Amino acid sequence: MSTQPSLFTGPIVKAAARDAFVKLNPGTLIRNPVMFVTAIVATLSSVLWIKSLATGEGNPVFEGQLVFWLWLTVLFGNFAEAVAEGRGKAQAASLRATKAELKARLLTGVGDIWEWVPAHQLEKGDEVLVETGDLIPADGEVIAGIASVNEAAITGESAPVIREAGGDRSAVTAGTRVIADEIRVRVTAASGQGFLDRMIALVEGASRQKTPNEIALTILLAGLTLIFLIAVGTLPAFASYAGGTMAVPVLVALFVTLIPTTISGLLSAIGIAGMDRLVRFNVLAKSGRAVEAAGDIDTLLLDKTGTITIGDRQATEFKPLPGISEVELIAAARLASLADETPEGRSIVVLADEKAPGGEAMPTSAEPIAFTSQTRVSGLQIGERSLVKGAVDAVLRRLPDAADAEALRRIADDIARTGGTPLAVADGARLLGVVHLKDIVKAGIRERFGELRRMGIKTVMITGDNPLTAASIAAESGVDDFLAEATPEDKLALIRREQDGGKLVAMCGDGTNDAPALAQANVGVAMNTGTQAAREAGNMVDLDSDPTKLIEIVGLGKQLLMTRGALTTFSISNDVAKYFAILPAIFVALYPGLGALNVMALTSPESAILSAIIFNAIIIPLLVPLALKGVKYRAADAGSLLARNLGIYGLGGLIAPFVGIKLIDLAVSGLNLA
Amino acid sequence: MTLSGWMLILVFIGLIIACARPVGAVLFRLYDDRPLPLEAGLYHLIGAGPREQSWIGYAAAVLAFNVAGIALLFTILKLQNVLPLNPQGFGGMDSWLAFNTAVSFVTNTNWQNYGGETTLSHFSQMAGLTVQNFLSAATGIAVAFAFIRAFARQGGGTGVATIGNFWTDVTRVTLYLLLPACMVLTIAYVAMGVPQTLTASVNATTVEGARQTIALGPVASQLAIKMLGTNGGGFFNVNSAHPFENPTALSNLLQMLTIFVLGAGLTLTFGKAVGNLRQGWTILAAMLALFLVGVTVIYWAEAAGNPVHHALGLAGGNMEGKEVRFGLAATALFAAVTTAASCGAVIGMHDSLVPLGGLVTMFNMQLGEVIVGGVGAGFYGILIYAILSVFVAGLMVGRTPEYVGKKIEAREMKLAVIAIAILPLFILGLTAIATVAAPGLAGPLAKGPHGFSEILYAYSSAVANNGSAFGGLTGNTPFYNITLAIGMFVGRFGAILPALAIAGGLAGKKKLPDGPGSFPTTGVLWIGLLAAIILIVGGLTFLPSLALGPIADHFQVAAGTLN
Repeated sequence: MSTQPSLFTGPIVKAAARDAFVKLNPGTLIRNPVMFVTAIVATLSSVLWIKSLATGEGNPVFEGQLVFWLWLTVLFGNFAEAVAEGRGKAQAASLRATKAELKARLLTGVGDIWEWVPAHQLEKGDEVLVETGDLIPADGEVIAGIASVNEAAITGESAPVIREAGGDRSAVTAGTRVIADEIRVRVTAASGQGFLDRMIALVEGASRQKTPNEIALTILLAGLTLIFLIAVGTLPAFASYAGGTMAVPVLVALFVTLIPTTISGLLSAIGIAGMDRLVRFNVLAKSGRAVEAAGDIDTLLLDKTGTITIGDRQATEFKPLPGISEVELIAAARLASLADETPEGRSIVVLADEKAPGGEAMPTSAEPIAFTSQTRVSGLQIGERSLVKGAVDAVLRRLPDAADAEALRRIADDIARTGGTPLAVADGARLLGVVHLKDIVKAGIRERFGELRRMGIKTVMITGDNPLTAASIAAESGVDDFLAEATPEDKLALIRREQDGGKLVAMCGDGTNDAPALAQANVGVAMNTGTQAAREAGNMVDLDSDPTKLIEIVGLGKQLLMTRGALTTFSISNDVAKYFAILPAIFVALYPGLGALNVMALTSPESAILSAIIFNAIIIPLLVPLALKGVKYRAADAGSLLARNLGIYGLGGLIAPFVGIKLIDLAVSGLNLA
Repeated sequence: MTLSGWMLILVFIGLIIACARPVGAVLFRLYDDRPLPLEAGLYHLIGAGPREQSWIGYAAAVLAFNVAGIALLFTILKLQNVLPLNPQGFGGMDSWLAFNTAVSFVTNTNWQNYGGETTLSHFSQMAGLTVQNFLSAATGIAVAFAFIRAFARQGGGTGVATIGNFWTDVTRVTLYLLLPACMVLTIAYVAMGVPQTLTASVNATTVEGARQTIALGPVASQLAIKMLGTNGGGFFNVNSAHPFENPTALSNLLQMLTIFVLGAGLTLTFGKAVGNLRQGWTILAAMLALFLVGVTVIYWAEAAGNPVHHALGLAGGNMEGKEVRFGLAATALFAAVTTAASCGAVIGMHDSLVPLGGLVTMFNMQLGEVIVGGVGAGFYGILIYAILSVFVAGLMVGRTPEYVGKKIEAREMKLAVIAIAILPLFILGLTAIATVAAPGLAGPLAKGPHGFSEILYAYSSAVANNGSAFGGLTGNTPFYNITLAIGMFVGRFGAILPALAIAGGLAGKKKLPDGPGSFPTTGVLWIGLLAAIILIVGGLTFLPSLALGPIADHFQVAAGTLN
């Protein structure tokens, strides 16, 4: 997603304007019942207008303008949808070009013999060879070899990533390029169902299904349309009782201004833009349903590492044993860590240089003692002298006869109680002391959790740490709850427990063993670096593999729903002013007294009707930017969000059309249009 | 407007608030599954059991019970000449009129195209009408109970669930609440001077020597349930304006209170059942806020009087069509209560209200009788509006809308829209037919907007199951008997069926825990929102027709012209 088209660019608007006409196709239009009805009514009015042109009866100039604005209302609605789609189309085009050129070295099953086949002929289970410089032809799993892969086509991130057989980094994606080495890949998604295909469909909006919430809203809007059809359709009978008649074009104008064209015109644009915001955020949702669910989340499961803490533990303190000077401990710990390239090791060197500057360089004769899962210590061998650091138990096992073992354990326990990790340091057979390693909680995370709490979302930290450490980090970060020594089964059980209480749960994960939990969660965000199984199980994929994003995803989901609600409220509130514009205009001939309802003092009945229908049409493009950007979202409890949005969109929707219609009326009468 | 007038209105509202909680608790006891004394033996006797019903089973039972009720009542009315207790020797009722009356009383509407004391035998009044007064009220409350269960029950999250048993609900409400309460009320009314006798009318000679027929009958017993069950069908043609049907100021207050008391109490039954009384108080507050607006407008409009009368030198408020014993404020209050609550009893002629006063009575009904409303019906009616409101505005807090812990989704929206659209479809549709068809045009007494109001009022009253008449309309014709009956039937069951379907779906849903992220459905903001949505949806639907009726009427009267 390296290209980020701005809201309105020339080509997009131009293409959208063209598409607005293409979308007049009744087959497409019927997906939106309100706009479909508007188009029917516009067609009817056009016929009547032509008839009045031919016969010279009625008021062809006035009717012609009504017809014009009725069609414009439909076109504006189409345009809104087309603009929203247009932003994704450019991206889809380039992805599609990538896809077209994909071909595969299909392994025939006899040794290393392969043949070129177009990628679209690949089937699930096929094995292919991918060499340096090749584009990976299909989504799959590395079954042999290791390669460095550039995934910029998907993630926009040009730094290559390692993909290797086995483990959690085995998934490869079609359209990404191997830049070094070669791998064998087993295809896991047949052509047309891969990640690339999904992305194309997604950014294009082609496979966009209406989400549950959108369906419910469409029903409501259709229902309101029906109610207004009844209210307007019965007027001719009532008028005949009053001894008058109602002109059809006028009734049509009243009907179209009353039905919720504004929200209906913008509804699909809002949905597409919501997905699009997520795509720009480098998160792919497999369905709009998942985005909506994100807004409903009650419980967020967050991995400690990388989300709550900055991922690596850092040395914060040196604790020498009684009788050992701090200087000696620092020097030994530093030497023992010089060859250690892990973040923990580097942090010890950094802290040592801070506390006692001018430490010696690595002696040339030194040999690193590498960490192994058997010894669980690392360090430096300088001639006969071996300096090691490691877990307290591991170091004590090396030195079973050490004198100060008890004192060392006491110091280590103190550190563990505060949530830290103790690392014992020994110089030869002598125990020197302990390095205090600590998880560093990310800056600002406490405030984020506070925000989430105000929104009514509970945060649960998931960690493999022991309960003591976990509790201490939980307290420091302000997370609501934690799950310590968490196994994938524990995670799954926690999700089920929350869901049984009626809550919606979101989580992120990357490993194959996360897959069941990802599938069970209402929103499961898989990391793009994760395994294919995890990516299949989740209903979103984060291309940046950044677990912190879960919090933003919830915000985006809420924003999508809020935008829909705000524009619906606005649309319905608008009707009050439209009534006050049109009712006196059409009834004044029946009962002159009803002219008193013309509170806006509109110039003439024709100009009042025209102004209302013009307002009704142009409000759609005016609100397109809001529909695409989404309403302003901030973390707050539901009560204050409601008060705020009701004020802006409810009350605003009540007042705005009074002003707008009056201004248009001034223009219409000024230009002698009616 | 006078201080004593306002005192009456405020005391009335205060008394309703005071009664709501204890009445709600009594209703809760009937709603609750715990067995009542003697109940088990009773079910054993009639061979019914407290088996849970799905919404379809429940709805089928409601329909069967009510259709049977229509058939029974129709038969009684047709055959009253051969049935006992007919001291005046009235003949059997005309078929269309009997059909209309049967539908009317079974649907809790009590639209009356006949004059009771000159048409009906004591047997028809007691065994026919009064029985349906009890059963239609019990049906409404039973459906409300089923609706409450939808929110109170924790569903499994898979499909629909059961919502109680109609037969036990209706039995409990009738035998354990309506009957005993009406016995007490009957005695109270008798004590106030309402007749309760099986003798024929008395022919008397007045002091001026004129001969007068003084109608008598079992008035008090019918009066008690007529109010408590928001039925509204009077024993006498002039309803509660008749001194025998409403002898004192106290009986007048008692009548108004009993119209509102069950509807108000149900909101707190709901609050209690969902474990949060505030949910109930909030609904009641929204109802009473809308009520206060309505009564204020009527009182103000009536007290301001009729400019045409003023021009003739008749100063003061509009006393036309009012029972002078009760005066302006009490009549305005009664008119607001009876139309807000789908009762339809009257103590003054609504036809004679000034146009804006008449508008409020009509609008109260067109909103779907949700301002306290008919017993039970008002409660599930306003909850359907609550579902709609929570959906429109609930999205604005960024969550899938939920009401009292239940998610509101496509199915609920579909059914809520059906329930709400039925009202304008039949009110406006039937009015439109009547305004173009010759037999419809023959109905109204007045011409112009006032005549239109008479027709619009009749269908609003019928479809919303209110039953009060604007007056002026000649309703006892085949055309009006049939179309009004259709309106009453569809208005009643077109709301009950979607309500039960919604209940079935919601009962099966998991109850979501309430938290700071949930849409707040208590408090002032929500009260205002709910009231606003009710007014806006109702207003947008009916404003054009009201403009051609009472609003046009108002401007004509203001301009000094009369039809």
